[in-house]
Amino acid sequence: MDTNKLESILDRHDRDPAALLAILQDIQAEENYLPKEDIKAVAKKLNLPLSRIYSLATFFSSFSLEPRGKHICTVCMGTACHVRGASSLVDHIGRELDVQAGDTTADMQVTLETVNCVGACAMGPLLIMDGEYHGNMTVSGLDRLLKPFTKTKE
Amino acid sequence: MGTSIRKAEDLIKYRQRLLSSRGADEQWVTVCTSGCSAYGANKLIPAFLESIAKRGLAEKVRVKATGCHGFCQRGPLVVIQPRGLFYQQMRVEDVDEVVEQTLAKGEIVERLIYKEGELQSFEQEEDVPFYKNQMRLLLKHNSNIDPTSIDDYIGIGGYAALANVLGKMKPEEVCRTIKSSGLRGRGGGGFPTGIKWETCRAAPSEDGVRYIVCNADEGDPGAFMDRALLEGNPHSVIEGMIIGAWAIGHPGRPAGYVYVRNEYPLAVERLGIALNQARESGLLGKNILGSGMDFDIRINKGGGAFVCGESTALMASIEGHVGEPRAKHIHTVESGLYDKPTNLNNVETWANVPLIINQGVEWYTSIGTGDVSQNPWGGSKGTKIFALVGKVNHTGLVEVPMGTTLRKIVFEIGNGIIGGKKFKAVQTGGPSGGCLPESKLDLEVDFDALSEAGSMMGSGGMIVMDETTCMVDVARYFIHFLADESCGKCTTCREGLKQLGSIIDRICDGKGKDGDLELLADLSQTVSEASLCALGQTAPNPLLSTLRYFKEEYQEHIHDKKCRAKVCKALISYSIVSENCTGCMICAKKCPEQAITGKKKEVHVLDDAKCIRCGICMDVCTYDAVRVD
Repeated sequence: MDTNKLESILDRHDRDPAALLAILQDIQAEENYLPKEDIKAVAKKLNLPLSRIYSLATFFSSFSLEPRGKHICTVCMGTACHVRGASSLVDHIGRELDVQAGDTTADMQVTLETVNCVGACAMGPLLIMDGEYHGNMTVSGLDRLLKPFTKTKE
Repeated sequence: MGTSIRKAEDLIKYRQRLLSSRGADEQWVTVCTSGCSAYGANKLIPAFLESIAKRGLAEKVRVKATGCHGFCQRGPLVVIQPRGLFYQQMRVEDVDEVVEQTLAKGEIVERLIYKEGELQSFEQEEDVPFYKNQMRLLLKHNSNIDPTSIDDYIGIGGYAALANVLGKMKPEEVCRTIKSSGLRGRGGGGFPTGIKWETCRAAPSEDGVRYIVCNADEGDPGAFMDRALLEGNPHSVIEGMIIGAWAIGHPGRPAGYVYVRNEYPLAVERLGIALNQARESGLLGKNILGSGMDFDIRINKGGGAFVCGESTALMASIEGHVGEPRAKHIHTVESGLYDKPTNLNNVETWANVPLIINQGVEWYTSIGTGDVSQNPWGGSKGTKIFALVGKVNHTGLVEVPMGTTLRKIVFEIGNGIIGGKKFKAVQTGGPSGGCLPESKLDLEVDFDALSEAGSMMGSGGMIVMDETTCMVDVARYFIHFLADESCGKCTTCREGLKQLGSIIDRICDGKGKDGDLELLADLSQTVSEASLCALGQTAPNPLLSTLRYFKEEYQEHIHDKKCRAKVCKALISYSIVSENCTGCMICAKKCPEQAITGKKKEVHVLDDAKCIRCGICMDVCTYDAVRVD
């Protein structure tokens, strides 16, 4: 990340170590993940041990230490979604795009993520494609959504 | 918002000005853009604005993007106010007609009216049976006000409780009022709020700092009432917190935090807008309403860790540390955030506060169960919002008086089970709660009744399960969820849950053996007794409650290698029903493993060796020609 940009993120949070979580969130919002160089830079600029930043970055599931895909496909795994078949959705996406939950497709197009609940339980199973919610998801609905990313099958 | 409110009289005058400036023929369209966004509701807003402008109605009709109205299953939901006309499953294509017929001429678009059966139709929102059987005290404004407008909130009487408190009530008196109301913590624990406030107020603080925290880390999967309140009526939560600051921290230096889940971006946005408005109008900041109290509230966003809903973990996270709970030998009301006395309440608890101040203790205690006049633990007062989800016809948010039976919630308000299937269980209390069977349907739901039945209130998730839900699989789901979310501090929670998970995995994989159930129960006890925080202590609850009420399902998995709900993949097999198969080839095309073969118009064959039990063939078959055994 550009130094000026990082500086402005740190200033926005008064360079306060208590705001570390928010600082990392802002970095990820810009970079789509937490680049190693930025983590090191934050440690240096705030005069904190690198381990403290890594402990946060690895504790909270919303952070990624690896670059994520151009598109983020998130499947809600809340209880209401689970009893309505969310895990079959994850399995299906995994098969169609050849990707495991938490990973990114080889062409860096799609990252498949799971989340514990997004609070849209009445519409489960729920899938979020690049921030857009899709409720009552079915396998056929998935095929439509995934079409741009699946290679034409025989 | 164009005013600065410096004293209680300013608020009254401003409200009168707002109400008198409203035209007699003014109308407003409220569109749920919360959960309904999953049905494309966001597109309705620009469509309405354009259509209204085109017909020259922009002066007379406002369009409001609101929080969750409640009846999610029928979304996108639109209500035409002030007449309360209820339109459901509305699409962009319907907008022009609604503007032309309803907004311009006052006529009803029949097609969008909610109907039950052939004969009954319900024009008014309040008449719809889903709503009619509820008592909506906290949620009722969600289909009326614009959450991004403080004027809307003041218009419905908002901040009147605050003005009343700061002008006329001593802090101790406010604490007493909340204690007498019998309000108990809506985050799940059910601790009497007034006692917490009094203890925090009495705890020594050298520099007078006391923290007022709102727990909006609504992590229980299957619960979204806090999201609905923050997205639909954020000022009600803010008002509750300012009243709390007065009761707990005045005179002194109270400071506020709201810790919101990262997964709720809209809640963060709307709460941020509301806080700014409260600041601009002088309801937050220095010398609020001339009372001499300074108070402000900051937002902290979580990072996707379930354990941060636990109070000490939440506070550690606000301080910029990982969310690991600590032992509570000294309670957080005495030494919490930054080692200062800290009062933490859940979103729904805070939203109840203005209501109690406005309507009084006598009114509030008339709602709910038990008697709290001598003992604040003596009952559960007020309403509770439940997220009614899962295999129930009418999914959504339901607010009912404490003491309402599960049967009424699931079968009257929820209108029974999807597809007429058989009810099996209702899961309450999230990962700390349990599954209650049919025999418990007449349970009058409150904090104590749920705990006695082996479950708990939790934040109010209510997940309905039918005959196609496997209870062993549900227990497995929760154990894995918690193993994943365990912070790892206590060995019993970190390793114990992992072991419980591997035993249940084995049972679901058809490799269960004699003694497994005893081992599960034994290990559960260790996890629950030797873990530090509530996450670990209550972690075995979903497992223990299913063992208590659905033991025969476990036994079938272990001894008969059978999953009656046909969920556990190792215990089921798919086949083609030859008499029903028309040879349409859909299943063969969709099968990801090419396990189904057959020619057009000939009965297909499923190769069990290739089948991965994904169930897609069954989902896509329209002739009922795939069976699972």
